[in-house]
Amino acid sequence: MSLLEINGLKVNYGGIEALKGIDFHVDEGEIVTLIGANGAGKSTTLKSISGLVRASGGEIRYDGEKISGLDPQKIVARGISLVPEGRRVFPNLTVLENLRIGAYLNKDADAVEQEIERVYKLFPRLEERHWQQAGTLSGGEQQMLAVGRGLMAHPKILMMDEPSLGLAPLIVKDIFKKILEINQSGVTVLLIEQNANAALKIAHRGYVMVTGNITLTGSGTDLLNDASVREAYLGTKTNG
Amino acid sequence: MTFTTFIQHVLTGISLGGAYALIAIGYTMVYGILLLINFAHADIFMMAGYFMIFAMSSMPWFIAIPVVIVVTVALGLAVESVAYKPLRMSPRMSIMISAIGMSYLLQNLAIYLFSALPRAYPVITPLKQSFQIGGVSASLVTILTPVLTIVLVLLLMFLINNTKIGMAMRAVSKDYDTSKLMGIKINRVISFTFIIGSALAAIGSILYFTDRMSVTPFSGILPGLKCFVAAVLGGIGSIPGAVIGGFFIGISETFLVALGYSTFSDAFTFLLLIVILIFRPTGLLGEAITEKV
Ligand SMILES: Nc1ncnc2c1ncn2[C@@H]1O[C@H](COP(=O)(O)OP(=O)(O)O)[C@@H](O)[C@H]1O
Ligand SMILES: [Mg+2]
Repeated sequence: MSLLEINGLKVNYGGIEALKGIDFHVDEGEIVTLIGANGAGKSTTLKSISGLVRASGGEIRYDGEKISGLDPQKIVARGISLVPEGRRVFPNLTVLENLRIGAYLNKDADAVEQEIERVYKLFPRLEERHWQQAGTLSGGEQQMLAVGRGLMAHPKILMMDEPSLGLAPLIVKDIFKKILEINQSGVTVLLIEQNANAALKIAHRGYVMVTGNITLTGSGTDLLNDASVREAYLGTKTNG
Repeated sequence: MTFTTFIQHVLTGISLGGAYALIAIGYTMVYGILLLINFAHADIFMMAGYFMIFAMSSMPWFIAIPVVIVVTVALGLAVESVAYKPLRMSPRMSIMISAIGMSYLLQNLAIYLFSALPRAYPVITPLKQSFQIGGVSASLVTILTPVLTIVLVLLLMFLINNTKIGMAMRAVSKDYDTSKLMGIKINRVISFTFIIGSALAAIGSILYFTDRMSVTPFSGILPGLKCFVAAVLGGIGSIPGAVIGGFFIGISETFLVALGYSTFSDAFTFLLLIVILIFRPTGLLGEAITEKV
């Protein structure tokens, strides 16, 4: 049994079918990536797992139980965190408050302090800046904060929606290193990326999405070497 | 104008301003979280006036006051859950119209239940005690209002800046979806905002009507509009802004009346609104107004 199973998931926005019945799964301990062009339905997939968007068909199972249809706070309470696209840190809260609010449902104050320490260890920069309004951080720092905030809920699965978007290459490299570290500390990762190259390099497995469908799946290395993937998402033409 | 009459008017103005500030906070907080101008707020304030009349007819003042606060909060929550909650996902204009409808509904309900004739507001004896300092005479309510306003505002600022629910309020005011991802129940935070706004309106109502003697179903309209302007002047969404706006309007109004321009004093408020909207729509302390995503 997989930790997370998506079966025939469909999502409609008004009349537009953004997800046309997709199937995939994530096993405990894995890094799984969904890659695909803009508008393919990647963010919609994560939003429906989080409960922000209602599925119009299919189901989502987590730890053997159906979670589709539950409210977002129930889903985060069960151990699925989302680091949303565009970071979405609370600009009017300090760095430390942004972390604390990530553990909003945790009533054990000591446990929250421990989570904060863990996040500080992963991102020492956040500790240096803990008093600062999150809106005044640089893009890279905001991304660290968004990831740190996602970890504060002590998730079993951390879902990240394009964490590298709009960041300088050096910072992107650092973020991917941190994602590996998070995974090695025992957190399962579901990662969305347009930077397919970097994502496939760290992922155990990947799925390719095209306009609401999953068209291809395989291990990270297989997809990296797949001719159609290389052509469509990695910007490299292969001969023959 | 002699120095003592000047001081007298300053006291009266600050006192009126304090009551305005308490009501303006309700507008500004609801706007901050729902981007809604809660037109019914003025009528909740008016209803609190009637609640006090009935409470005082059968209870001593020190029991009547908490009872009125609780009943007013219940009314504020009822308005929220009947008129606004079902429209959470609707366009903002629909909620605005619902707010205007709710305002008229409460006024008409008051006419139906209590008739349109003025009803005498009860005298809360200790509040009416008067002082004589030098040539200046003032009743306790005049002194108490600004002091109580400042104390309540400091408590409210502490709540918003230093407690978990306050942090959630600040988060929800910026971003619903991300707040939900944190596990925050948006509706609970919104209800909490209405609880605070209505409780302050109840207190403001007691302080305001104690100086006015009577309540009618239309008693909320003018003070409500003035407090709305106070909130816009201070920068809608900003609590310190609403307080500054409330005091500014209370003091200006008092002085206009004292100088013999009482017919102009209400027009002044609206002139002020127009001037702010033209020259500084974000108000004194407001941040740039952004559409919620
Ligand atoms: N809130 C929305 N309302 C209407 N259509 C939407 C909404 N969000 C996304 N879509 C549409 O759904 C499709 C998938 O979008 P999305 O999941 O954001 O794709 P991706 O994350 O892969 O870029 C797109 O066609 C997009 O325009
Ligand atoms: Mg997306």
